[in-house]
Amino acid sequence: MTAELSGADILIQALNDLGVEVIFGYPGGAVLPIYDALFKQKRIRHILVRHEAGAVHAAEGYARSTGKPGVALVTSGPGATNAVTGIADALMDSIPLVVVTGQVGTPLIGTDAFQECDTVGITRHCTKHNYLVKDPAKLGDVIHEAFHIATSGRPGPVVVDLPKDVQVATATYRKPSVQELPHRGYKPQVKADPALIETAVEMMAAAERPILYTGGGIINAGPAASQLLRELARISGAPVTSTLMGLGAFPASDPNWLGMLGMHGTYEANMAMNEADLIVCLGARFDDRVTGRLDAFSPHSKKIHVDIDRSSINKTVRVDVGIVGDVGRAIEDMIKLWKARQHTAQDLAPWFARIEGWRARQSLKYATSTKEIMPQLAIRKLWEATHAKNPIITTEVGQHQMWAAQHFHFEAPNKWLTSGGLGTMGYGLPAAIGAQLGNPNALVIDIAGEASIQMNIQELGTATQFRLPVKIFILNNEYMGMVRQWQDLTYAGRYSSSYSDALPDFVKLAEAYGWKGICIEKVDELEPGIAAMIAHDGPVIVDCRVAKLANCFPMIPSGAAHTEMILEAAEVVGEMDDEAKALV
Amino acid sequence: MHIKQQATERHTLSITVDNESGILARIAGLFSSRGYNIDSLTVADITEDEKVSRITIVTNGTPEVIEQVVAQLDRMVPVHKVTDLSVLGPHVERELALVKVVGTGDHRIEALRLAEVYRARVVDSTTSSFIFEVTGGTEKIDKFLELMREVGLVEVARTGVAAIARGKEAL
Repeated sequence: MTAELSGADILIQALNDLGVEVIFGYPGGAVLPIYDALFKQKRIRHILVRHEAGAVHAAEGYARSTGKPGVALVTSGPGATNAVTGIADALMDSIPLVVVTGQVGTPLIGTDAFQECDTVGITRHCTKHNYLVKDPAKLGDVIHEAFHIATSGRPGPVVVDLPKDVQVATATYRKPSVQELPHRGYKPQVKADPALIETAVEMMAAAERPILYTGGGIINAGPAASQLLRELARISGAPVTSTLMGLGAFPASDPNWLGMLGMHGTYEANMAMNEADLIVCLGARFDDRVTGRLDAFSPHSKKIHVDIDRSSINKTVRVDVGIVGDVGRAIEDMIKLWKARQHTAQDLAPWFARIEGWRARQSLKYATSTKEIMPQLAIRKLWEATHAKNPIITTEVGQHQMWAAQHFHFEAPNKWLTSGGLGTMGYGLPAAIGAQLGNPNALVIDIAGEASIQMNIQELGTATQFRLPVKIFILNNEYMGMVRQWQDLTYAGRYSSSYSDALPDFVKLAEAYGWKGICIEKVDELEPGIAAMIAHDGPVIVDCRVAKLANCFPMIPSGAAHTEMILEAAEVVGEMDDEAKALV
Repeated sequence: MHIKQQATERHTLSITVDNESGILARIAGLFSSRGYNIDSLTVADITEDEKVSRITIVTNGTPEVIEQVVAQLDRMVPVHKVTDLSVLGPHVERELALVKVVGTGDHRIEALRLAEVYRARVVDSTTSSFIFEVTGGTEKIDKFLELMREVGLVEVARTGVAAIARGKEAL
């Protein structure tokens, strides 16, 4: 007979068996038994955050940069509700997380007890799956299944709600095999249907204007999938564009790279999507930020969609061939069949000639200035100074995020961490902390805005405490720039509440937390300021004062077609009608 | 500005799931969170060991929405299988209603006569009331209730639709 363990010890034992090295968390009444169990062991490192939102975003950053699942531990009630934004963020961006929440003891559930909330009810629709564990004998299997569900199929967050009495009560623990997990019906389809792969390969070989439209699924499929994508692009000769989430899967230095597509994508990427005769969507999901107006989206193309989530196929855009499976393995199958049939691509020279014509529009060019620092130039200089070090870049949400996506060029996967689906301001700093923990020797930079950074600014203390040398590079324009940009476009420049008033002195704030603070105000301070940031071996905030009224272009206005792209700031004027105002 | 409406069709879905706490909230919540419609929903465990439940949902939506409903249900962890009976082919749908009718004289006699036509059974009666039990497709129940309203209907309890495909094949 195996000795019985407390629920808290079963949790720790299961996490050990699953190879967990780091937990991001915040203690409280309903998780005290787990914190005591953590205190008594040495293998799992606990990173104390300053707010539960920070714990979940840090776990996301850890997961996205390492490929391993992120783990967060929070208490009941407000601990759990504070974690909800991060959990919803991870669901939208398919990030594998396991979030353990404390709960009041089982006899108190439903009595409005102190720090009680219906965590399972609240998180039901922002998790891939969730559990309330009422029996310590089932806890081990649930933890193992939570990791299996979080990391397999389309990855996502799983919440395990653990009442305090279940943490104290004892039971035996065994390490289960996948076949012994409770939900027998959960079997994500990994291997694509060979007949559909064959159809896809024949369509690719026949295409005269093909384009590979790639997304975060390639990153989730592991580094090998990025290598396979390069091979598929090489043999098929097709140009490649990517969603925000997929940046880095295909090297930005490759001549076939068109840049990001969608609302703030390049002219060439969006025009190529519009004019293509074949779109091969690999691990992306035809998000509204990508498609623009649906009835005008790529009207003349055949469409192939490879996705591990069947519900993503035909959700918004009808496709000709929908292939359910792991995108990395599907690409591998395509490459094998292409080679076995000794296919050669059609003559794509006329297609690339048209693409070069669109490229010549130089959609990412921006006005230069000697008086003000253009935000695009700041990103460019940051890239020049750091790209040789293969930095990990996180962002907050807004204009700075789009400028970073446009002007910071990524060569490898897992280096770009951003909140794409949910668009969570306050993601970047905790995500950088998580990424730094998973990659202790990497240069990790949070490209931020002065508004977003204040949403989880308390996490400065976490980096200080754990000696994490993360850098925050703030493009400070004293506005919630993307809100203001939409007010320019839609509401005739009525800047309702989008001015960042009463800003802190970021240099003094940095110093108050034991960080280094650098302020960059002039163009000629940009290079030395960035160099000083990199040279400092601890955490640094750079307050880079940029042009206040610069807007992010190119832009497809919400509800417009790919061909209706705004390239120049001068084209932005006036007030839109109600139909346009109702669009997000 | 006005919100646009699109033509919808009715589908009957059969869903087998792990019989665990919260499963009904999970399924019903999916419909509300994604803006799908539930016309009726029934659930009961169907295996000897009580580990699997069968849920029958009648929904309506555009063909694209119905396809999404099936795919979204199918990817839920406790869901074993989703079958769109309306797509699969001929199937039998039944629901049960308990109908309380109060009245005397001609209304009472007429209620009994109509009940006979609809093969409704009397399961309770007083000198001034009946409770009828009637089973059948949704349309038949609807029609029966419509008639009963004219002869003293005061209360209805309906089960919602249970459905199964015709023929010898099992799901």
